[in-house]
Amino acid sequence: MWRRFKRDRSGVVSAYIVAFFFLVAVTAPLLSKVYGKNPTETYGLDETGLLNEFGYPVAPNGGISGRFWFGVEPTLGRDVLTQLVYGIRTSLLIATAATVLCVLTGVLVGVTAGYIGGRTDYLLGRFIDLLLAFPSQLSFIAFTPVVYSLFVSPGKETPTSLRVLTLILVLWVLGWMGMARLLRGQVLSLREREFVEAAKVTGASPWRIIRKELLPNLWTPILVQSTLMLPSVVTIEAGLSFIGVGILEPTPDWGRMFANGAHYYESDITYIFFPGLAMIIFVVAFNLLGDSVRDAFDPRTTR
Amino acid sequence: MLRFLARRVLGALVIIVLISAITFFLFFALPSEPALMSCGKNCTPDALALIDKNLGLDQPVPVQYWHYMAGIFVGRDFSVGHCPAPCFGYSFSNQQPVWGTIVDRFPTTLSITVGGAVVFLVVGVGIGMLAAAFRGTWVDKFFSSLSLIGNSLQIYFVGVIALAVLVSGLHWMDNPAYYPITENPGKWFTGMLIPWLVLSIIFIANYSRMTRSQMIEQLSEDHVRTARAKGLSRRTVFFRYAWRGALAPIVTIFGIDLGSLFGGAIITEFTFSLHGLGRLAVSSVSETDLPTLMAVMLVGCTAIVIANIVVDAAYAFIDPRVRLA
Repeated sequence: MWRRFKRDRSGVVSAYIVAFFFLVAVTAPLLSKVYGKNPTETYGLDETGLLNEFGYPVAPNGGISGRFWFGVEPTLGRDVLTQLVYGIRTSLLIATAATVLCVLTGVLVGVTAGYIGGRTDYLLGRFIDLLLAFPSQLSFIAFTPVVYSLFVSPGKETPTSLRVLTLILVLWVLGWMGMARLLRGQVLSLREREFVEAAKVTGASPWRIIRKELLPNLWTPILVQSTLMLPSVVTIEAGLSFIGVGILEPTPDWGRMFANGAHYYESDITYIFFPGLAMIIFVVAFNLLGDSVRDAFDPRTTR
Repeated sequence: MLRFLARRVLGALVIIVLISAITFFLFFALPSEPALMSCGKNCTPDALALIDKNLGLDQPVPVQYWHYMAGIFVGRDFSVGHCPAPCFGYSFSNQQPVWGTIVDRFPTTLSITVGGAVVFLVVGVGIGMLAAAFRGTWVDKFFSSLSLIGNSLQIYFVGVIALAVLVSGLHWMDNPAYYPITENPGKWFTGMLIPWLVLSIIFIANYSRMTRSQMIEQLSEDHVRTARAKGLSRRTVFFRYAWRGALAPIVTIFGIDLGSLFGGAIITEFTFSLHGLGRLAVSSVSETDLPTLMAVMLVGCTAIVIANIVVDAAYAFIDPRVRLA
C-alpha cells in the first residue's frame, strides 16, 4: 500500500503540501517570532507612511514590501502574512477537531447499526435520515447562536475559546451522518462474509469481531472519507466566519479574511488573494491526496 | 405510483413536523430568553412580562409550539391583533408579520437558484459528456483538471473576484441586484448574471465530473455494446443508450442541490448583497429574530423534503427498473 502510494507522484506532492499547511498551523507562534510580527498589532495605525488617509496601503499591491511580505491590511494596518498564518491555525484547529469527532461518531454509529442490525439499525437509520433532512448550511447558521446562548447568558460577550468550542460542536453534530451511513453499508456486506461467520462460530465476542475482523477492512473507506471530509469542513467553517456567525475579531480566522477582503476589494484587491489562493491550494491538495489514498488502498478503482 | 407518492408525502410531513419541533424547542426552550432579545437594551421587568404575554411566551414550550403550528394553518390572535392564515408570528426586530417578509424575499432566492441551476446543469453535464466522448484525449484532461480546481473554489472568494473584475475593474456590469422579472426582464437578467455565473462555476465541476464517470461506466455496459454491435451510429448509442442510464444519478444530486439552494443560497446572497431567504436567515441570526429564523428553517426544510420526493418520482420515470414500493 505504502509503496503504491509513494509511486503516485501527485499524491506525494499533495501530501507534502497538506503537511506544510498543518506545519504552518502548528508552528504559527514560532513563525511569527522569526518573521518578527504578530497578527494583532496594528502596524498601519501605529506608524505613519504605511496607510494613506483613506486607510489603504500606500505601497503598491496592497503594501507588499520586504517588511510586509503579503502586504498590510487596509484600515487596521495589520500584517497579512501573520493574519493568514494564525487564521489557518484557527480554522485547521476547528476543522480537525470537528472531523475527528465526526469520524469517531460515524464509525461508532455506522458499525453498531450495521453489525447489530434489526431494530437498532432501523432506529439509527431514521435518526440519520432526520438529521440529513436539516437544511445543512441554514442549520449551521441558525444553531450556532443557540449553542452560544447555552454557554453564555444573553447580552454578554462570548469568549473566543467558547466560540471555537461551539463551532466544533455544531460542525460535529450535523456532520457525522455521511460517514455512519457509508460504514453501515460496508459492515452490512462484510457481516455476511465467510471470515466473519468463521469468527462467530469459533466463539469470538462481538467486540473482537468488530476490532479484528471488521475494522481492518474498514480502514480504507474511513481514511478516504476523512480526507474528503476535512477540506469541506474547513470551507464550511470559513463560510460561517465569512458571514459573521463564526469566529469574530480580533481572533484571526481564515474565513474572516474573506469577509474583510469583500469590504476592501474595490480599492485593495491584493488582500483577498492570499487567503483565497491559500485555500484553493489547500483544498486541491487535499482532494488529490484523497484520490491518491483511495487509489493506493484500492487498486480496483480507476480514475 | 399514487400509493408511493402518498407514502412519501406522509413521511415528508413527519420529517417536517419533527424538524420544526426540534428547531422550535432549541430556539424557545433554551435559556436564550426570547423576550429579552426582542426587548432591547433598556428593558424593565414590566416591559419584559408584557412582551412575554403578548407573544404567548409565558406558556409552556409545547403549548407554544402547538399554537405556532396551528397558526400556520388557521391564523392566530395576538393581543396586538389578528395574524391571518399562514401565520408565522411577528418578527422580533421589525414587528412585521414574518410571512410577508418571506413572500417578499423568496423571488430573489428563486431567481438565483433557477437561473444558476439552468447554467450549471447544462454546462456541467455538457462538459461531462464531452469529456466522456473524448476520454483520454487532451479535451478530457483539460476538463478534468479544470473541474479539480473548480471543485475547490469558494463562492466567497470567486464572487469577490468576479465583482472586482467585472464590476469595479472593467465596468462591464452593475452591482448584482434583484429586479422583479415581471417588471423588467432585461434588468432582472443582467442583475442576476454575476450570481448565476459564480454559483455555476462552483457547481459545474461537480456535475461534469459525475456525468463523465457515469457516462464512462454506462458506455462499458452490455446493452451499449449490443447496440454498437447492431451497427447503430455512435451518436445514437451515445445519446439514446448511454445517456439515459447516466441520467438517474445526476437527477438525484440535482434535486438535492436544488432543494438546499431554495432554502437560501446563503453565501451567494451574502457575497452579492442580495436580499433573499439566506440573507434573511443571516440577519435574523445577528438580530436574534427567532420567529423569522424559525420560518426560514421551515421553508428551507420543506424545500429539501419536496425536492427529495420529486427526485424519487423522477427517478422512477427515467429508469423503469426502479420499482416504487
